[in-house]
Amino acid sequence: MNMHPTTAGLLLAGILFVLGLISVLIRRNIIFMLLSVEIMLNAAGLAFVVASSHWGTADGQVMFMFILAMAAAEVSVGLALILQLYHQLRTLDSDEANRMHG
Amino acid sequence: MILLILLFILLGGALLSWIAASRSVLLSRWVALGALLADLVIILQIWIAHPAAGTQWIYSYRASWIPHFGISLHFSMDGLSLLMLVLTFFLGALAVLISWKEINTRVGFYHFNLLFVLAGITGVFLTMDLFLFYFFWEMMLIPMYFLIGIWGHENREYAANKFFIFTQAGGLLMLLSILALYFIHAANANVYTFDYFDLLHTPMQQSTARWLMLGFLVAFLVKLPAVPFHTWLPDAHTEAPTAGSVILAGLLLKTGAYGILRFVIPLFPEASQYYANLCMLLGVIGILYGGMLAYAQTDLKRLIAYTSVSHMGFVLLGAFSFNELAYQGVVVQMIAHGISTGALFIIAGTLYERIHTRNILQMGGLWAGVPMMGSAAMIFVMASLGLPGLGNFVAEFLILIGSWQASRWLTVFATIGLVVATAYSLRIMQKVFFGSYTREEQLPDLNKRELLVVVSLVIVILLLGLYPQPVLNTSQKTEQKTAYVVR
Amino acid sequence: MNSALIPAIPFLSACILMLGWKRINRTAVSVIACGSLALSALIAVVAAVQVAQHNGAPQMLQVWNWMQVAGFRAGIDFRLDALSVVFVLVITIVGFLIHVYATAYMHDDEDYSRFFACMNLFVGAMLVLVMADNLVLLYLGWEGVGLCSYLLIGFWYKDPANGYAARKAFIVTRVGDTAMAFALFLLYQHTGTLHIQGVLQAGAQLWAKGDPAVTMIALLLLGGAVGKSAQLPLQTWLPDAMAGPTPVSALIHAATMVTAGVYLIARTHTLFELAPAAQTATAVIGGMTLVIAGVSALVQTDIKRVLAYSTVSQIGYMFLALGCGAWSAAIFHFVTHAFFKALLFMSAGAVIVALHHEQDMFKMGGLKKLLPGVFWVFLIGSASLAALPFVTAGFYSKDQIIWLAWSAAGGGTGYWITALLGALLTGMYTFRMFFLVFYGEARTHVHHRPGARMMVPLYILAVLSTVAGFVELPHTLGHVTLFSHWLLPVLPAVQVVTESAALEWTSQAVSALLSFAGIGMAYMWVMKHPQGMREFLEMPAIVWLRGCWQRGWDFDEIYDALLVRPFVFLSQINSKDLVDKIYTGLARAMEWCHNMMARTQSGILRWYIMGVVLGAVAILSVLIWRLYEI
Repeated sequence: MNMHPTTAGLLLAGILFVLGLISVLIRRNIIFMLLSVEIMLNAAGLAFVVASSHWGTADGQVMFMFILAMAAAEVSVGLALILQLYHQLRTLDSDEANRMHG
Repeated sequence: MILLILLFILLGGALLSWIAASRSVLLSRWVALGALLADLVIILQIWIAHPAAGTQWIYSYRASWIPHFGISLHFSMDGLSLLMLVLTFFLGALAVLISWKEINTRVGFYHFNLLFVLAGITGVFLTMDLFLFYFFWEMMLIPMYFLIGIWGHENREYAANKFFIFTQAGGLLMLLSILALYFIHAANANVYTFDYFDLLHTPMQQSTARWLMLGFLVAFLVKLPAVPFHTWLPDAHTEAPTAGSVILAGLLLKTGAYGILRFVIPLFPEASQYYANLCMLLGVIGILYGGMLAYAQTDLKRLIAYTSVSHMGFVLLGAFSFNELAYQGVVVQMIAHGISTGALFIIAGTLYERIHTRNILQMGGLWAGVPMMGSAAMIFVMASLGLPGLGNFVAEFLILIGSWQASRWLTVFATIGLVVATAYSLRIMQKVFFGSYTREEQLPDLNKRELLVVVSLVIVILLLGLYPQPVLNTSQKTEQKTAYVVR
Repeated sequence: MNSALIPAIPFLSACILMLGWKRINRTAVSVIACGSLALSALIAVVAAVQVAQHNGAPQMLQVWNWMQVAGFRAGIDFRLDALSVVFVLVITIVGFLIHVYATAYMHDDEDYSRFFACMNLFVGAMLVLVMADNLVLLYLGWEGVGLCSYLLIGFWYKDPANGYAARKAFIVTRVGDTAMAFALFLLYQHTGTLHIQGVLQAGAQLWAKGDPAVTMIALLLLGGAVGKSAQLPLQTWLPDAMAGPTPVSALIHAATMVTAGVYLIARTHTLFELAPAAQTATAVIGGMTLVIAGVSALVQTDIKRVLAYSTVSQIGYMFLALGCGAWSAAIFHFVTHAFFKALLFMSAGAVIVALHHEQDMFKMGGLKKLLPGVFWVFLIGSASLAALPFVTAGFYSKDQIIWLAWSAAGGGTGYWITALLGALLTGMYTFRMFFLVFYGEARTHVHHRPGARMMVPLYILAVLSTVAGFVELPHTLGHVTLFSHWLLPVLPAVQVVTESAALEWTSQAVSALLSFAGIGMAYMWVMKHPQGMREFLEMPAIVWLRGCWQRGWDFDEIYDALLVRPFVFLSQINSKDLVDKIYTGLARAMEWCHNMMARTQSGILRWYIMGVVLGAVAILSVLIWRLYEI
């Protein structure tokens, strides 16, 4: 199989992203949802890196730095929220947290 | 300046009576009453000084408010405004008196709202700036919403919401028309202004004028109310406390009629002619339809509310007859209806205080127990069916004889409405006061405070019926002006 | 003396009595109520003398401007001319006598003061009606008597039936009033004024004879008159109006209210002369009413209902006379009728009180010995009503109408025969009542004899019912024309086409004979062969017919089915207001939309993410599609 490395990298990033997305949609445990979001973020990061190597600029890698920083912040905030949620509801099932339904 | 004072007395009284309530409830009532009596005295003096005010602007006040947009504090008073203000302060004072014992919760806030509504109404009757008019138009809405929603009867929230939505919807259409008029005038004259006198002869295309006129008209028809926009009224009147019903029927409805006379017809003379037949038809439908509905009601206040629909139909009929007699009749009708229907609501309210029901099927034979109330009710029932010698007859007769010149068949049906009025009015007497008395307890008749209220109303309705000339003199030339503008 | 006081005094006294309520004692109430009318009557006499001194020139009085709007003026203005004076005199004098009688009749009533306040108001309103100088003021009096009739018919308000009768009277007459209002509108439109004399003058110049406009106006005026005077087809309220106390009935039937229609037509006779069709309609309505009501009177059992139908029938005579153009004959009959009908009602009232409020004639009887005073005055009244020749006032007035119904320009043989049929019926029902009440065996115990305050007015009226006829005697019998001469300044003399003493004699003889025949038949019916009569009456067809007549030819049922029930039905099915359904429907639709939208707010996080994803996909696809499109 003869594939251009950029194509292969973007394909991998796409597969990773879709995997992450699907698991966000089907997992009910909120920690796994958080993990899946991480996977999606990393998939996006990978796409940036691939693109930057393709164009031969550093912009994509800079973006990846941002994504790393943001992911760290997101995890910390997210975990704090999950802890609160667990305190309130005694469960990690995201479907149980539906008190704002119409 | 005197016009501003009239407004500020009310606004100041509103705040003062709210503050005073924390010290003494009684003080709050007296402050409210005092403010209204002060206004009443001032306005009566003005009336005495200008017995035939007519079309002349006897007082004017103008100051810039938001000059950038051409908005000014512009107040003017002519005969029509003068009469409406006399009615406003008179009924306002009676409204305070009648809620003396009825309202016992949040008395300060109650009087604040009451005076604020009256201030809004006063503003509506005085202002000559369309933006300010809209401002006051909305200003009377919100306190009234509170009056119904807080101190009303069992179904008050529904009624208050309905009242608010209907009036607001109409008001927004009017706002659109006002803005359109504003921009059209600016495009023509290159001056941005909301001033009534500047906008008075704005030239515009026929179809535009008709659309704008409809915007104003709908707002006023909702308030009047005319069929088919009347359905907020029975609910609001029924659920409001007595004073609220009095103000609604006596004053708020009149702002609609006033709007038609002051704004719709002078601003859009051609379009008014164009829609005149339709409006008169709506008026006649209102007379008959309201009468039919009134006949079928068992809730006394609801019955009276539907009679308002019927009576205000005459106003619509007369206003669009473009006839001097009818116009004068409309002015008298506005006053006479305010007095007679207000009085009927007061009687319904005093009855409710005593027997705690509004269902006329549970009443009967009350004349034996409360003869004074029965006699007063008889007088106002007779007024409502248009007995000569009482105010409503003068009004309805002038309207009918005027509208006869405009449209015969509509007048025929409107006159048949008088027979329907006889049927529903006498039904009140029959069900409430005639028949045998079946209750155990002895009912107290009118006390001195209530007697004061009722007797003053009786005197006014009799004066209006036997010697309406002062009123006719005061409103006469306004009519000529309108006619002049129309032709 | 200011003639405006004539109506003002009763009004003032009504106010005093109304405000005084129960604080004034009964004696004072009686003095105020009767005194005010006596005073009014006195002033009326003075005014009448003044009018006579000026050869019938009217007295004009402008009290104040009622309404004056842009060329339209209606004042509280009075006008006393020959016609008004006749009415004013009858109203105040008969009214005064009725009041005196009522002080005794109502003596034990708890609402004594209210009763007399309403009575005074009634007389005052009627006086305004007949003295009004413009049609708007006339309309005030016109509706005012309607109000008072409502108040007084429903005076004993504790029984709801009385209230319904009162309401019926008000609404039915209001239907007529509406027609009159149309006439006013039309008159104003054409003549530009509602001043009566102005209207009449303008009308005479404006319209040729038979002009459709004036015909319409006259017909509408007739509609108003028909309502107030209880003529076909609006006669149904009067028999029910018996629910009120007897003095009220006397007042309504004799002095006030029902004669208003006669007055209106006489007052606007110029318009009716211009509209022959309307005049014919008046005569036809009068003729039909007099027969129909006479037949109904024949089968009543309640003494007051007999008298009520007899009033309807007698007013029919007046309408017939008006329709034939015999104006003064109609007014003459009004005068005599006022005397003898007041007499009959009040003596019937005396009987009713004596028998402890028994009104069924079949439970009376034999009262000739027990109440001799009442017997004699009742006899005089009945004789006058039945028009016994030569000695009674009723003979002269009715005979004039019968003769003129034939001979006047607007008359005809048909009218004449109708009038004669009426005379026969009158004799029958009057003396049927008379024999039933005063002869035969006593069926109810007499527990109370009428006192002087009841009897004196009856004696006075008895005298008046006899002598009042002598002011106007026919050509064949002395030829006195005091009355028609008096009215000449206002009402034109009747135009007689067939002037023949022989014919007039014949007419008089026939009518007298028919009166006697009627009395004879009543005698046979009640006294001679009551048994045979009863058997005849039990025949099925007769029973049905009798029931129908007793109910006044079932007019009530017809109106009920045609007008009342549809109106009530329509208003009942719509009591919740159909229009409101539109708005509640709108609100429902909004609520439904809201519920639909709210459902998407499930609270499940993954659904929201799904939404975001789908949204992103949709946006991206659109973007990409657009990109390739371009």
